[in-house]
Amino acid sequence: MTTSAATPLITPELVAVDLDAADRVGVTRALVDLLAAAGRVTDADGFAADVATREAQMATGMPGGVGLPHARSEHVTAPSLAVGKLAQGVDWGAPDGPARLVFLIAAPASGDADHLQILAALARRLVHESFRTSLLEAPDAQTVADIVTREVVPS
Amino acid sequence: MKLVAVTSCPTGIAHTYMAAEALEQAGKAAGHEVHVETQGAAGSTPLDPALVASADGVIYAADLEVKDKQRFAGKPFVDVGVKKAVHDAPGVIAAAVSAVESAPAAGTPAPTAAPVAAPAADRGAGAGTKVRQWLMTGVSYLIPFVAAGGILIAVSFMLAQIAWGGAEGAIEVTGVDAAEVVASFDPASLQDWAVVLLATGQAAFGFLVPVLSGFIAYGIADRPGLVPGFVGGATAVLVGAGFLGGLVTGFLAGFLALWISRWDVPKGVRGIMPVVVVPLLSSLVVGVVMLVLLGRPIAAAMEGLTSWLNGLSGANLVLMGALLGAMMGFDLGGPVNKVAYTFAVTGLATEGLAPGAVQYQVMAAVMAAGMVTPLALALATTVRKRLFTHAEQENGKAAWLLGASFISEGAIPFAAADPWRIIVSSLVGSSVTGALVMAVGSSLVAPHGGVWVLPLIGNPLGFAAAVLAGVAVSAVLVVVLKTMKHDPLVAADRAADDRDLVAA
Repeated sequence: MTTSAATPLITPELVAVDLDAADRVGVTRALVDLLAAAGRVTDADGFAADVATREAQMATGMPGGVGLPHARSEHVTAPSLAVGKLAQGVDWGAPDGPARLVFLIAAPASGDADHLQILAALARRLVHESFRTSLLEAPDAQTVADIVTREVVPS
Repeated sequence: MKLVAVTSCPTGIAHTYMAAEALEQAGKAAGHEVHVETQGAAGSTPLDPALVASADGVIYAADLEVKDKQRFAGKPFVDVGVKKAVHDAPGVIAAAVSAVESAPAAGTPAPTAAPVAAPAADRGAGAGTKVRQWLMTGVSYLIPFVAAGGILIAVSFMLAQIAWGGAEGAIEVTGVDAAEVVASFDPASLQDWAVVLLATGQAAFGFLVPVLSGFIAYGIADRPGLVPGFVGGATAVLVGAGFLGGLVTGFLAGFLALWISRWDVPKGVRGIMPVVVVPLLSSLVVGVVMLVLLGRPIAAAMEGLTSWLNGLSGANLVLMGALLGAMMGFDLGGPVNKVAYTFAVTGLATEGLAPGAVQYQVMAAVMAAGMVTPLALALATTVRKRLFTHAEQENGKAAWLLGASFISEGAIPFAAADPWRIIVSSLVGSSVTGALVMAVGSSLVAPHGGVWVLPLIGNPLGFAAAVLAGVAVSAVLVVVLKTMKHDPLVAADRAADDRDLVAA
């Protein structure tokens, strides 16, 4: 696990609390910019396009008010997770309503199995309401990053 | 209840795992054990084969091709796509549970009330149910071939009666060289059309045994079973083993393919296993077994039966009729049936026969007996619908025409699905008809044609009465035997009917 220790999946810089955007594209873009600012995505436009392509295949709105846009892309340098807590819900294509929590998963095209395991664990945790609630109630970016790290990343 | 599931999605990052978690949680909430194999980007760990073997049902929540799907062959399953599992896992679990329950419903009339009832008994019923499911897989693919081929042949007989303008059209049409007619086809000639329809129908009938065998093997082993199943069925045709031979090759091919495809082979060979190794080895074994091991005994037995029949001439005619009838009804186009039929047809060729000669009576008995079983099953499916699956009910409608046309194959789907009950009923009913035809002294100068050659039948009323009597006996037996045994597949169809009724 040395690599994931070197670049943690999520840091407070990758969390946007009270993210205010009108739609899916806006929210995604804001989160992509966070990743780009942290140097984890080399080409923001390129990565945003990859995410949009994936989203067009099948909307990633999940039950419980979660949006889970994701892509494996050559523009990604390290497996990363950007989280947005939305000020107002945005439709993410889920049948049970708009998303309040959006997780943007950025995986390198040549991601090794360890990183992908972590992302798999995140997806599994998201099914649990207690996990979603704890994130929704987290007061700040640091808490969000801590919760995700604690619940998902193997220590 | 124990369920296994496979999840996958295009990217293999999110839905695959959310679906897996959601299914496991929903299963837990509903009191079921759910094991999921995530075929995602993080690589997948195959489910323990022992776990798969002991699972009651399978959930496919996969947007990609399921890897090694044949592991799950024969188990009840639901196929829902990954999105449905993410958004409505409890619904998917419920659908899987009801799929399992409607498959082996035997012995558990109230499954939700007693989920822990006697696992040992369930296992036993499970094996029987599986065999029935495999048979029904073969039969469900067989039925349209029987219907299409049989109706084409029957219509060809009808046309031929008109086209040749005499009583013997249905005989004439089979004597024509189809290749010649096709070479100089005349669209205005009704005779040519009759020949073409007959050839097409016979082509469809050529597939009966291979399709039956191939799809039984498919039911057992999934795709790897298809090649040895079809090849085995074709070799059964070659040695004249009939549909019973097809059942043998179907099961043999299925289990061989299943076994070979599970061999632990070096990585380099694994790639060519499904395309080369499995079909090659399993076909070879099935072909050798049928042609070398079974072909000779079958041929010898047919020869023995024939000479025994020839030695019987001069015996009590009614007994002889009963015997020939039983032979006709036993395997519906298989070797025993063929011996009786050939015996009768050979008799027709005797020089200088007087009208009403014994040989003509034998022919009449054989044809009458051959009409009994399809007609009896058509009758049984009409008066006791609830004893048959939906597919069988449909086949029953075609069986009226096929039976009336002396196309015994109309009964094969029933017999293949439930061999001993149908064969016993068929044997007894056909035998009664054979004996009665002899008793009333009906005769026939044509080798086939059913009701279409009615003008060629001596004492047609006696002939018809004999057929009807056999049909009645046979139908009653079928109904009684089927009523005595609870059939899980029929029960599943009934349950579906009842749901439809409630919904409507």
